[in-house]
Amino acid sequence: MEKTWNNKAWFMVLPVLVLVAFSAVIPLMTVVNYSVQDTFGNNEFFWAGTDWFMDVLESDRFWDALTRNLIFSAIILAIEIPLGIVIALNMPKKGIGVPICLVLMALPLLIPWNVVGTIWQVFGRVDIGLLGRTLAALGINYNYVQNPIDAWVTLIVMDVWHWTSLVVLLCYAGLVSIPDAYYQAAKIDGASRWSVFRYIQLPKMKRVLLIAFLLRFMDSFMIYTEPFVVTGGGPGNSTTFLSIDLVKMAIGQFDLGPAAALSIIYFLIILLLSWIFYTVMTTSDAQG
Amino acid sequence: MDFSWMAWTLPTALFFLAIALMLVGMGVWEYVSPGGNPRVGVLRFETTRGDRLFVSLLGAAFIHLAWLGLVGANLWWALALSVIYAIAVFRYV
Repeated sequence: MEKTWNNKAWFMVLPVLVLVAFSAVIPLMTVVNYSVQDTFGNNEFFWAGTDWFMDVLESDRFWDALTRNLIFSAIILAIEIPLGIVIALNMPKKGIGVPICLVLMALPLLIPWNVVGTIWQVFGRVDIGLLGRTLAALGINYNYVQNPIDAWVTLIVMDVWHWTSLVVLLCYAGLVSIPDAYYQAAKIDGASRWSVFRYIQLPKMKRVLLIAFLLRFMDSFMIYTEPFVVTGGGPGNSTTFLSIDLVKMAIGQFDLGPAAALSIIYFLIILLLSWIFYTVMTTSDAQG
Repeated sequence: MDFSWMAWTLPTALFFLAIALMLVGMGVWEYVSPGGNPRVGVLRFETTRGDRLFVSLLGAAFIHLAWLGLVGANLWWALALSVIYAIAVFRYV
């Protein structure tokens, strides 16, 4: 069938363009404007040039927070993606178990971020929390308020609990779309369980895995609410990620210029890493 | 309409004007030569001219940041480097 070209169709995109302009482009322009100026309030600004960018790039505070962010995202992806695949592979494909599993998987995703943070903050407390008290009863010295490693473990377990379901649901959607004929052919060929996964299920899940990977990377790299509620960035600065540092700078200290410069650098890093992941995964998909 | 809350300055206005002109230029280029001129370059994956502009702008941003962090506040050399980089991207990527 021949494609019909109609340039009037571009008008259909206009509402989206207006929406993106108001929600993204205009705020981004304002942040760029702030990043080269200083203000003491009252809508009065003074030219600062690239000073704020140099300040941010030369500060240990920025590099430490960025390192924490990258390590956190790497750990999250290394746990949630394989775990999500394993759970999706073991979920029932037919019967009453399907809706039950889907609802159970969707439940953590329905809970707001700040509520998840509060749940885990109470859950992990040594004095009243079920997890904290249980670990204390087992003789394990756990205290996320004082020990940086305990704080990190708590945040990672919390994120895995909250977001692995997303990976599971996406992988499950990929798995149920595979026609039975593929499995029947594999059975006739005497393919092992691993071969079925490697040559049938994994290729069919590639596209949803790409989405899961990108969503989890961007979300974990921009994480703010949960660590802010659970640890507030502590103990010390051990869980102060870039987003927490940014809020401290912009709202706590009212340093709008440095905060705007940090925002732009943060945005560029997310843009670069997302582009790299997207390109690598779509290229390997096209070649496979 | 009062846009003073956006804290506009001449350099930032020129910066966004340059970006807007680039996008308009890409639109005109696409109109004159439709299809985006896809090809496989040195990176061994297919890129259109829109992809090449994106890679050029993103790379230019990081060249400027690296210059600020490693050399100093005078960005004219970083700008020249970015232009050379963009030409290389459009030629070979």
